[in-house]
Amino acid sequence: MSAVATKPTHSHYESNEADNFLISSKGFLSWALTLDHKRIGLMYLIGVMSAFFLAGILALVLRTELMTPDQWFLTTQQYNQVFTLHGAIMVFLFIIPSVPAALGNFLVPVMLGAKDVAFPRLNLGSFYLWVGGAIFFMAAMLYTGLDTGWTFYTPYSTQTRGPVVAATMGVFILGFSSIFTGLNFIVTINTMRPPGMSWFKMPLFLWATYATAIIQVLATPVLGITVLLLAAERVFHIGIFDPQFNGDPVVFQHFFWFYSHPAVYIMILPGMGIISELMSVHCHKSIFGYRFIAYSSIAIALFGFLVWGHHMFTSGMAEVTTIVFSALTFTVSIPSAIKVFNWLATMYKGTVQLNTPMCYALSFIFLFTIGGLTGLWLGALSVDRHLHDTYFVVAHFHYVMVGGTLVGFLGGIFHWWPKMTGKMFNDFWGLVSCGFVFVGFNLTFLPQFVMGSRGMPRRYARYLPEFQEMHQMSTVGAYLLGLGLFVALGVLLHSLRRGKKAPPNPWGGATLEWQCSSPPPYYNFQTSPTVNEPYDYTPLVYRDAERGWDYVQPESAPKHVPHS
Amino acid sequence: MSLYGLPLLLAQGSTARSSERAAGSSFWFPPQASTFAKDVDSLYMYIGYISAVFFVLIVVAMVWFSIKYRRRSGYEGDSTALHNNALEIVWTVIPTIIVVWIFAEGVKGYMDMMTPPASTIDVNVTARKWAWSFQYPNGAISTELHVPVNKASRMRMRSEDALHAFYVPAFRCKTDVVPGRVTYAWFEPILEGTFDLFCAEYCGDEHSNMITTVTVHSDEDYEKWLKEAAKPPTDIEAHGLWLYERMGCKSCHSIEPGKKIVGPSFAETFGTEQKIFGGTAIKVDAGYIRESILEPQKKIRDTFQGASQMPSYQGKLKDDEILALTAFIEALKDGKLTDDELGKNDDKPTAPK
Amino acid sequence: MTSHEHDSHDASHGHGEHAHMPFQAHHFDDPEQQFDAGKLGIWLFLVTEVLFFSGMFCAYALYRSLHPEVFTFASQYLNETLGATNTGVLLFSSLSMAWGVRCAQMRQRTGLVICLSVTLGCAAVFLGVKAIEYTHKWEMGLLPAGEYVSQFLQTSHHEGLSSWLYVLSAVPALCVVGFGIWYVLCVMSGNKQKAEVAGPFLVTALCYFLGVFIGIVFQNAEAAAHAKHETAAHASDSHPDHDQAEHTSDGHGEAPEQSAAAKLVSHVEPNSAPGAPTLAAVDQAGGAGVFFSIYYCMTGVHAVHILGGIAVLAWLLVRATKDHFNEEYFGPVDYVGLYWHLVDLIWIYLFPLLYLIK
Repeated sequence: MSAVATKPTHSHYESNEADNFLISSKGFLSWALTLDHKRIGLMYLIGVMSAFFLAGILALVLRTELMTPDQWFLTTQQYNQVFTLHGAIMVFLFIIPSVPAALGNFLVPVMLGAKDVAFPRLNLGSFYLWVGGAIFFMAAMLYTGLDTGWTFYTPYSTQTRGPVVAATMGVFILGFSSIFTGLNFIVTINTMRPPGMSWFKMPLFLWATYATAIIQVLATPVLGITVLLLAAERVFHIGIFDPQFNGDPVVFQHFFWFYSHPAVYIMILPGMGIISELMSVHCHKSIFGYRFIAYSSIAIALFGFLVWGHHMFTSGMAEVTTIVFSALTFTVSIPSAIKVFNWLATMYKGTVQLNTPMCYALSFIFLFTIGGLTGLWLGALSVDRHLHDTYFVVAHFHYVMVGGTLVGFLGGIFHWWPKMTGKMFNDFWGLVSCGFVFVGFNLTFLPQFVMGSRGMPRRYARYLPEFQEMHQMSTVGAYLLGLGLFVALGVLLHSLRRGKKAPPNPWGGATLEWQCSSPPPYYNFQTSPTVNEPYDYTPLVYRDAERGWDYVQPESAPKHVPHS
Repeated sequence: MSLYGLPLLLAQGSTARSSERAAGSSFWFPPQASTFAKDVDSLYMYIGYISAVFFVLIVVAMVWFSIKYRRRSGYEGDSTALHNNALEIVWTVIPTIIVVWIFAEGVKGYMDMMTPPASTIDVNVTARKWAWSFQYPNGAISTELHVPVNKASRMRMRSEDALHAFYVPAFRCKTDVVPGRVTYAWFEPILEGTFDLFCAEYCGDEHSNMITTVTVHSDEDYEKWLKEAAKPPTDIEAHGLWLYERMGCKSCHSIEPGKKIVGPSFAETFGTEQKIFGGTAIKVDAGYIRESILEPQKKIRDTFQGASQMPSYQGKLKDDEILALTAFIEALKDGKLTDDELGKNDDKPTAPK
Repeated sequence: MTSHEHDSHDASHGHGEHAHMPFQAHHFDDPEQQFDAGKLGIWLFLVTEVLFFSGMFCAYALYRSLHPEVFTFASQYLNETLGATNTGVLLFSSLSMAWGVRCAQMRQRTGLVICLSVTLGCAAVFLGVKAIEYTHKWEMGLLPAGEYVSQFLQTSHHEGLSSWLYVLSAVPALCVVGFGIWYVLCVMSGNKQKAEVAGPFLVTALCYFLGVFIGIVFQNAEAAAHAKHETAAHASDSHPDHDQAEHTSDGHGEAPEQSAAAKLVSHVEPNSAPGAPTLAAVDQAGGAGVFFSIYYCMTGVHAVHILGGIAVLAWLLVRATKDHFNEEYFGPVDYVGLYWHLVDLIWIYLFPLLYLIK
């Protein structure tokens, strides 16, 4: 650290204890009708984690049934309903909102030194759309049991009994929640950056959020019209997806995947944004290749719109179309690979702090690499012909969604937990949770690659006995993963009661959120924070007394910067 | 299935396992039973080697850096290592070249799979919930696929209801079967034997039971089989069984007493009185059976009304075939048929229920 | 910077520390930032709307390219005059909306109220015409694929207005009554501000019926024109005789649709080149039925957006009568204007694509 002969300034931290956003106003309505982005973020966090918990239990139910090749305690129909519920809740209620809504809502304004997002009321509206969609969606599915798979392929979804219309209307509502969140973030980042924060002085988490928001705004409406047309097909028999009326079931797949492929980038880009922050802070070193990572986020967002056909290689598309999609799919893989190299290069000659957030970040790199690499197999046309709709695909997407997004999300929660709650968690048990999650996850999904290449199809309630050993390994892994997640939850909840008070900057981050108290006051900053290089750690000094870092600025720097 | 039976069930797999796995399969793959398999497997392995190299590099770097640069007293990092143009160019160009190669190899294999040779043996495939039916050039119909070795066979596929997918792992061949269209798949088997044939596109309740087999015969055996298969059995009850297996009845109606798949079992049914949902009781006689085949929604047996809809066979079964099915169901009225009686047809072992 | 608790955020903020602009939101630094944010926000929302409609435009493009003869056949049943009328009405409403934005910017309160009222009225006329179009088709059996009734084989016969029209007009009728009463009450009690709201609302509801009236007039005119065309055509071609169309002379009646339809159908017979689709292939659920599915989806979703626009315009009208808008603060009027222009633009695409296929 450079020796700066200045008086350490704590003006950013000087806020009234009672202004702590968690307690600044009390009562149910002060939360239910809040316009404070931080409270909305926390409410989202509780919501998405509840959905995750429920869908996770469903996954364990599935895996338990799969311990034996024949029927154990679920009929095939029940099994089909359980995997539909698991997928649909995970995708629509958990993973798509997760990082943007729970962490993004909290962090975006704070990282910008702003007081709130551009449209706070719209933000609250987004939250209630999520709640409404969730209630609608789950009631529909629990009532008579939806069994179409989360992908709703026609004509099965137009023919089957079950609350398809209610579920798709739930998805429609959830889609608007996502659109409005994205819209809010784009406008916030565009118009509310503080003076001095040019685009290339933004934290990479904001770049990732921005790229994600672009996808949310552009892709989700297409999902909206798709589910609306599906509902119209069921109610009015409009005929465009139904072969009975000269409709084409494959058209549904095109419409569906036009959204759902970009959706997977909504899932992963924020996770990558988190990792950029974690790697830099916990290696106490500026991120390697900042510009590349920023540009690649936008590139992935835009290119992601061009590759939806790779979910449909065996569906009977024309050969030229299929080949073009394969080629584009490979181009999208390159920016992600380079991001991984950049993160590793950030570690080089850094000062690596092996705490819980860093452990999750390292897990992310390991697991996301496997997930990404296995995408190469699926992008290669001849190999995909063998692997499509087998367990290989299941393993691939769980590696990127769970090993990638979920692990990144957990890392982010641990990293920003002191900021959000003002409490420090027990790092040892946090590391234990990371270990269990890592081992359990690999044990669950590595065997599934082999099952896939051996020809085990997916969405099978019963299977040939030759696959049993691998299924059993997978189930044991799933329970271990569940255990790890429970430990993580326990660590976080325990910290709320017994955790030490968190200093404003426990990890030594240089982005603006570390310049306010932990937790922040409801107005975020007493004085507008000083904008600096987001990954320049030279002005930071560690204070033993408060077990945290302090941002030391030269006396001559102006404290108030007029808005230009 | 009670908890007590669980240990047995859990162990069951281990003994069945080694005998179930077809000869010639490796740890990673099913047998290389078609001309496609070798190229697919080798591309798979090449992608594996390349990925392994990169993966190991990444993980080793990660672990090495975590240890070497960990925070400890007396160690200060160097925060200037932020750019390295040469490195960045290398790690962009090399992966790009590699993925282009993978893409090209994939396209090669794919074009081969999409281009059948000029002369093929065409088999008409019908997929329905939840069974396969194969019709051969000489009019024979069977529920398992039979093809000759070292000759190209082309599947002309249609679906009667939902999306299905024709998947033979040993042939590395998969194509969706789309209602309203005809889709095609071709392959040339190079190994004789019996291999699994799965449905690989989720299609409802019994999707995981929509399994049959493909048997690859030598040339003479194939001709022999084809001739045999073209003849429906002369015995009326055997004819009924023959239809039961080929017309999709099997996937929803069992012939074991009391066993329900989707619809009622055919065993111990003929001649009994049954309550009808929403009304009176009827006797299960030839008239009721005929009506259930042609207008299945008219009188549904009580407790089965929530089950998936049985499609009508109007126009799909001729009168003499309906009579044969009726005779077959009547033959089951005293319970299960013995294996001997069932073995009247040349049955390959079918997938476990 | 302020330490005001902004949880209890209210649009009508009293004159406090930031007195220079009411409706200044506290999380923005200044009015320019607020306006820019709102502008970007509405543009992004419009992009999502375009993408929402794009799915249906794709379905249209796909089916038209695969079955052009179906589209040519089915488009006959769309009344071009009514479509053109609606196009004109919406274009005019865009003009009044744009003028309204200008009035807001120039602090011309009355002008703004008038412009918003005109826009609302045009929207209601549009919906009235649409109601006639829809109910007319429902009577004829021109329904989505699952319900489509083959026109050539149609034997049902209907005269006069569809009973569905009464169903659709129930809510507007209630509005007329409700707003009428309210308006009278406001005038009597001398509450000028409320009267300025109630009046335009009443006019809007009445405009719906104006639209219905226009629809009936042009629908009759088209039926008459077809019948005349048929009479002339029959004299010269060799088609077997059909029943002559009969005209009813009372203003509300429409020519018996069955024979008119049959004439339309027979007259539209596609060429009899070998391989060309037959009439039967086109005039069935999987043919024209799909056209009408697409028609109802596209115009239906568009009509929902018109309804949404009416709601938002009504809210603007209320605020306008309370004199909220001026040269410093006219954002909401501007944003709603942009939305309205998009709704108009979408209709301008729909009209030729659906109505003007030859």
